[in-house]
Amino acid sequence: MEVPGATLRVSRQAVGIIVLALASTLALAAAPAGGDQAAQAAVNGDWTMPAHDFASTRFSPLTEIRADNVAKLQVAFTFSTGIDKGQEAAPIVVDGTMVIVTPWPNVVYALDLTKPGAPVKWKFEPKPPAAAQGVACCDVVNRGAVVAGGKVFFNTLDGNTIALDLATGKQLWKTQLGDIQKGETITMAPLVVKDKVLVGNAGGEFGVRGWIAALDADSGKIAWKMYNTGPDKDVGIGADFHPFYVGDRGKDLGVHTWPPDAWKIGGGTVWGWISYDPKLNLIFHGTGNPGPWNADQRPGDNKWTAGMFARDPDTGAARWFQSFSPHDLFDYDAVNESLLLDFPARGGTRPVIVRPERNGFIYVLDRRTGQVLSADPFTYINSIKRIDMKTGRPVFAEDKQPRAGRVLRQVCPASPGAKDWNPSAFSPHTGLVYVPHINLCMDWQSGEVNYIAGTPYVGADVRMYNTPGRARGELLAWNPVQRRAAWKVDEDLPLWSGALATAGDVVFYGTMDGWFKAVDARSGKELWKFQTGSGIIGQPVSYRGPDGRQYVAVLSGIGGWSGAIIVGKLDMRDSTAGGGFANAVRDLPQKTRPGGTLYVFALPR
Amino acid sequence: MCSHCRADNCLASQDWRGVAIVLLLAVLSAGCDREKRDYRGGNAPPAAAVRVGESQPGVPQPTPPGPRGRYFEGNAWHVNQGEALYKEFNCSGCHAHGGGAIGPALMDAEWRYGGRIEQIHASIAQGRPNGMPSFMGKIPDDQIWEIAAYVRTLSGNAPKYVAGGAPQGMAAIPPTSRLPKLKPKTTESGQ
Repeated sequence: MEVPGATLRVSRQAVGIIVLALASTLALAAAPAGGDQAAQAAVNGDWTMPAHDFASTRFSPLTEIRADNVAKLQVAFTFSTGIDKGQEAAPIVVDGTMVIVTPWPNVVYALDLTKPGAPVKWKFEPKPPAAAQGVACCDVVNRGAVVAGGKVFFNTLDGNTIALDLATGKQLWKTQLGDIQKGETITMAPLVVKDKVLVGNAGGEFGVRGWIAALDADSGKIAWKMYNTGPDKDVGIGADFHPFYVGDRGKDLGVHTWPPDAWKIGGGTVWGWISYDPKLNLIFHGTGNPGPWNADQRPGDNKWTAGMFARDPDTGAARWFQSFSPHDLFDYDAVNESLLLDFPARGGTRPVIVRPERNGFIYVLDRRTGQVLSADPFTYINSIKRIDMKTGRPVFAEDKQPRAGRVLRQVCPASPGAKDWNPSAFSPHTGLVYVPHINLCMDWQSGEVNYIAGTPYVGADVRMYNTPGRARGELLAWNPVQRRAAWKVDEDLPLWSGALATAGDVVFYGTMDGWFKAVDARSGKELWKFQTGSGIIGQPVSYRGPDGRQYVAVLSGIGGWSGAIIVGKLDMRDSTAGGGFANAVRDLPQKTRPGGTLYVFALPR
Repeated sequence: MCSHCRADNCLASQDWRGVAIVLLLAVLSAGCDREKRDYRGGNAPPAAAVRVGESQPGVPQPTPPGPRGRYFEGNAWHVNQGEALYKEFNCSGCHAHGGGAIGPALMDAEWRYGGRIEQIHASIAQGRPNGMPSFMGKIPDDQIWEIAAYVRTLSGNAPKYVAGGAPQGMAAIPPTSRLPKLKPKTTESGQ
């Protein structure tokens, strides 16, 4: 077994070489299974899945738009979605067609990029029931579609996965997976691995039981469905399960680490991102917060919530698990993206996962074993003292433990963590991970809550505010090998958009007051910005159009948890409105308005 | 007159005339309520008669405030009970302490389905299409009135003498006795 310390010592001595090595080896990590669609997409300049590739790099290999000409970027075309709720989806581009999914009612548009102004090629309306809005915790968002094998796959808020024909928009199949009567929704973007569509539920604030399912891409039939709480057989824990740390070994821990039957309503949802390593044939997905938020009602480690699983995509069998917030105290879901990178190591490379985690630490794990190689804070944290490298577990601060009936003040990070769902990007040119994130703290008061199916199961009052001395938003460029920040850009408002890195050494992201920005990938220097009219909380992408030019696309439209104050018309006299987030963005209604527009940019001809 | 004697019970009779009469009554009874006219509107509960729409055809006939609603929102004990029930039935999970979250704010002047206590009671009991669950049969009716009465205090619309004092703990909102009275304004219900 390799020693992580050795790797890191080497890295500190030879930074330049390491960065180059990292660059040259990324191809290995990011390369999808033999000659499949994703590899082809990279060649075409398409963007077939929200994260661009299975390694979740969000790195565009296109080089027409560069740091030295991005200042000339201008609007190529726009498109109104007609829905003015939070736009969190990534535009998907395949063979001259762009596919976008709106927030509820989850209308899918296909735009014809071969024609001037990109007219609508087809439109699909799944018509999910209006009642689904009542069980969506944080606005009625959708994080996008994925295209594979000529099919469009997407999820609807009311818990369905639907496959459409890319050419015609005709529905091929529809599979009901979630039940809104139990508080289940689906907001995540699916991932297609080989012949399977991977989907997970949301509803961690409603006492649902979290799961991930694999559907047959041709028929929509459920190939496997694994829960993240309960008995081993439900979780997919069998002979192949080899967690790295002793604390994760034992029979039916998904039952025994809970009060009787609490695992049945214990959360551990899969509403975030999934990555895939074709070489190891493993998928990696996080698990959401345990329910309810009030930790007093669920003594124990609450496995397998607030951690991550490595699973066999063919069977769903678990390979390893790593916990980021055992017995989670503060809604630190572990649903963030896993960037699959190869680090230089003695005599070759080491396959790792880089994970900017909600609990405020940026983890590096060995993706074969789940071993934590390093965990460094990337914001101000006082709820956790450090990560114990012997157990892989956080050491919680004694003075930041909630007690019933008492207000716990100044807990950092706040419940959306140091970073929520909005994904990072990685550039093999710079060796940097670009982490869009937030700096918020909170006051917290636990209270007993009753479980009533289909209603919230939270039991905590929260009010958030900015971390003292820090900007509420931050784009952090992190060197994962050196384990330190290269640079950072402060943003006054919380940063809730994804990041995009390109081979032209530009990083794109958007702000909650509607600016779409381009910064230098090496220095963070602002190179260009454009005001889109509504806050940006979506995922920027870049593609090569049918005319051969490079385009950058993003959806603009405030909402989500961070923008609920606007789309939910919240009353700021209640400091706990919108899960306490409204209190941290009291100035937002003066700075932006609802919207729902796609913006596509290119250099002048 | 409608017979409650069902044909299968009465066929045991040896008297064929009896059988014939029973059969005849059974046939007649099937159409017994067909022509029944209920001129007085039956016994529909008052909550169902609450108007949600602001406009109506012909000369507007405002629903007069009912004595039941006035009783609950004028009684400090019921308002206080309502505050506890508001948390226990997870109203606060969606509407926070009145500022709103998944569901709309309850302390402002905007009401999708009307802000009078009868209308609030109806919304809780019947549910509303954009995600408000129907609690009819889940929460006892008197307790729904209590919750509705407490909700009225959030926009300053219950009498000041029943509104609550300083909230405990986090004090998410000012004391309800100090919240300004906002005249309820019904907004479009589709949003």
